[in-house]
Amino acid sequence: MNIPSAPATSLTTKDLKTDQDVRWCPGCGDYSILAQTHRTLPELGIPREKIVFISGIGCSSRFPYYTNTYGMHSIHGRATAIASGLKATRPDLSVWIITGDGDGLSIGGNHLIHLLRRNFDVNILLFNNQIYGLTKGQYSPTSEFKKLTKSTPYGSIDYPFNPVALALGADATFVARSMDVASKHLPEIIKRAHAHKGTSFVEIYQNCNIFNDGAFMVYTEKATQPDEALFLEHGKPLIFGANRDKGIRLNGFTPEVVNIQETGTSDLWIHDETDQVKAQILARFFDDPAKPNHLPRPFGVFYVQQRPTYEELLEEQIQSVTERLGEGDLDKLLRGKEVWEIK
Amino acid sequence: MQATVETKEAVVIKFAGDSGDGMQLTGSQFTNEIVLGGSDISTFPDFPAEIRAPQGTLAGVSGFQLHFGSREIYTPGDEYDVLVAMNAAALKVNIKRLKKGGILIANTSGFDSKNLRLAGYDKNPLQDEQLGNYTVYEMDVTRLTRECLEGLPLGTKEKDRSKNMFVLGFLFWMYNKTPDSTIRFLQEKFDKDPVVLEANIRSIQAGYNYGDTTETFTTRFAVAAANLEPGVYRNIMGNQATVLGLITASKKSGLPLFYGSYPITPASDILHMLARHKNFGVKTFQAEDEIAAICSAIGASFGGCLGVTGTSGPGMALKTEAMGLAVMLEIPLVIIDVQRGGPSTGLPTKTEQADLLQALYGRNSECPMPVVAASSPSDCFESVFEACRIAIQHMTPVIFLSDGYIANGSEPWKFPAAADIPEIKVTFARPNGQPFMPYQRDEKLSRPWAIPGTPGLEHRVGGLEKENITGNVSYDPDNHELMVKLREEKVQRIADYLPQQKIEIGPEKGKLLILGWGSTYGVIKSVVKDLYEQEGLPVAHVHLRYLKPFPTNLGRLLRNFEKVLIPEINNGQLIKVIRDQFLIPAIGYNRIRGVPITKTELKEKALEVLQS
Repeated sequence: MNIPSAPATSLTTKDLKTDQDVRWCPGCGDYSILAQTHRTLPELGIPREKIVFISGIGCSSRFPYYTNTYGMHSIHGRATAIASGLKATRPDLSVWIITGDGDGLSIGGNHLIHLLRRNFDVNILLFNNQIYGLTKGQYSPTSEFKKLTKSTPYGSIDYPFNPVALALGADATFVARSMDVASKHLPEIIKRAHAHKGTSFVEIYQNCNIFNDGAFMVYTEKATQPDEALFLEHGKPLIFGANRDKGIRLNGFTPEVVNIQETGTSDLWIHDETDQVKAQILARFFDDPAKPNHLPRPFGVFYVQQRPTYEELLEEQIQSVTERLGEGDLDKLLRGKEVWEIK
Repeated sequence: MQATVETKEAVVIKFAGDSGDGMQLTGSQFTNEIVLGGSDISTFPDFPAEIRAPQGTLAGVSGFQLHFGSREIYTPGDEYDVLVAMNAAALKVNIKRLKKGGILIANTSGFDSKNLRLAGYDKNPLQDEQLGNYTVYEMDVTRLTRECLEGLPLGTKEKDRSKNMFVLGFLFWMYNKTPDSTIRFLQEKFDKDPVVLEANIRSIQAGYNYGDTTETFTTRFAVAAANLEPGVYRNIMGNQATVLGLITASKKSGLPLFYGSYPITPASDILHMLARHKNFGVKTFQAEDEIAAICSAIGASFGGCLGVTGTSGPGMALKTEAMGLAVMLEIPLVIIDVQRGGPSTGLPTKTEQADLLQALYGRNSECPMPVVAASSPSDCFESVFEACRIAIQHMTPVIFLSDGYIANGSEPWKFPAAADIPEIKVTFARPNGQPFMPYQRDEKLSRPWAIPGTPGLEHRVGGLEKENITGNVSYDPDNHELMVKLREEKVQRIADYLPQQKIEIGPEKGKLLILGWGSTYGVIKSVVKDLYEQEGLPVAHVHLRYLKPFPTNLGRLLRNFEKVLIPEINNGQLIKVIRDQFLIPAIGYNRIRGVPITKTELKEKALEVLQS
């Protein structure tokens, strides 16, 4: 995948800070995501006034207040719908949606899937901490089965969503996963998301150190990450492990972990971002890491597809209708087809 | 034998048949021919919510009522001069409103044993002396239509679809009309289907000739052109006028129109019609639900467009939270509510005025929004234009109320020339060297509209309480109280920019004022015309377009009358607001039957109040 090189811009990380005090809990993963975003945005070459951050409700949704661009902190679950109307009418803007697992997948689940299928050219950063933080610790639609929370004192009986699989199921054209503390990986994914023309869905594992601390520790900690996280690179074989000695091979449609030292690398699965079927299989690498013989959790870009964006199609339709019928004449419109005169 | 022609001042016709009988098309085509002849007219389509209720049943009866005349017409009429009944069920549902001495045109093939059973008749009412009060024209429309279509390569079922055209042709004969406009309409509609076109035209002609050649029919009627104000007119339905008003507001403000909506009866036609007008730069968006519809319009408005969403009662309920956001953001937005009977799904195709309190108060916390209501089909044009103007110039969401009756009803409209419609001035904020203050207010108390893409005005808005002037998030108690009062005062101050309330008809002072809003306009006006102009009684009519804020002279006006009567198609809503704001003992007249209030019943009530 080619990433267009960023044109020179005078925008700096400092310019993106606002005078508002950041009010996330100390130690929250949101700080890291904010920092990575502020670090990355200047590299994208977009003038600051063309950037709009739209969020819903939840901890993550305070994000726009801390970023000195245009922004709207809207209502629960609806950032995606608001962004749709904005992008439909203002294709010139770079629109970013900040949402969380509750905001985007629970109350806003409906709008999310429809945004993905319509393919507006906007970027979604979904901060997934698998818990409701702002309402103080209820389970979320991504919380694991049997999770003990304030609202599930005997364990959750809600089966969780797999956000990446959901996005693929809704025919998203760009689907990726990263994590809050991945200070090299996350900026790369943000750049890729921006470069993609169409809706970019980025799930970011984010630690809520108050209500769900350590939920993604196995993927973020140095000791466990190599064996638990699988970093996807287009055109490269799926290799992981502390000694880079484990690979993934497809046996029919079934993925299996092999020891490269025994099997060699020649028949390893080569990651192809444009392969939708394989992306669906990768999305199902979703086992509980406590389960024996589980597959590693993939990070990176699962899938990319080029498809016309909604706003392009809308503009094209307006243009072609206008060419055919001529620009609307208000007097003709008011007059209608048939009139009569009273003298 | 040549039939004699009798001149009528006004006529009410009701076309009634099964949902599949094409009564709506028949009614609207008849309407077109009538208006082209210059008569004034008011129409009232009345149809079931089911697309095709079981054939022949009472539930499946669909009707189209029209009232036209050589004088001004304000309502679709209380009683019918002519009833067309395509089957027994249509007769049963409608006969009680056929005038004594009226004409009943009955399709005899719709009165076979099956139809009679479905309509709940023990014996054929056409053979009953009960119909002795009426002039009954029996015609076997089904057989006559099939006969005239003989030789056309169509099945019986297809041929029967032209039955309504036969009846229409007959009515054209009866009312001395030529079917020119209908034939043009059919030519356009069936330009790819010459056989169906031929069937329709043949049926119309056959119906016309049937009247001409069958000696049973001895009288034809003529209704002269109405003495309307000179000018060029067209016929218009309420939803159509709403669409034209929106497009006009877009052109006159220079703001591209964005319409986010989710299909719902009786508002869907606004979406359908706007979607056809892409060459006016109109962007329509069929959202996944009512919430997304309003939110998309908020997004468009944030970006500097004229954001509009449209729905009916249940959809309004779903949009409530987003309306609160728009109030907090203080950006222009127009929310159209074409009211229908409720609560819940209620009566989807029947009319009601019962969303007024929802429009005024139906949101969490203190959430003031201007409310504008249309009073007739053509008034939707000006009223929705006003809603757009207020939204843009006062930086506020505005609710526009229409209802099922005016949305689908039609009347002649002396349409304006585009050049005569005033511009709507829009001022986007520009950087002025000072730090940008998103909630700095002007003399109208409205805040600047700074749209993304403007360098130097980057700012954040949202649903959390705003600090006065800076717009920063604030939990300060005094600031919250101040902002609540400012938002209310901003809406109240709109009244300074509204025209004074005028009296529709009647004296400035008197015994009785009938105060109305929305679609009761026609019926109140016709009652007050009778009472004041003909009977010389001290009765006046005031009709409100602006329901929040009220025009500043309304209180003074109300106090000039001993009694104030407020007719509404709800259980008493405007009356609560009037009593609350003006502390007057207003009297309510409330009919909640899913149909417009009739002139007879309102006149009776007005006389009762006058005499009390």
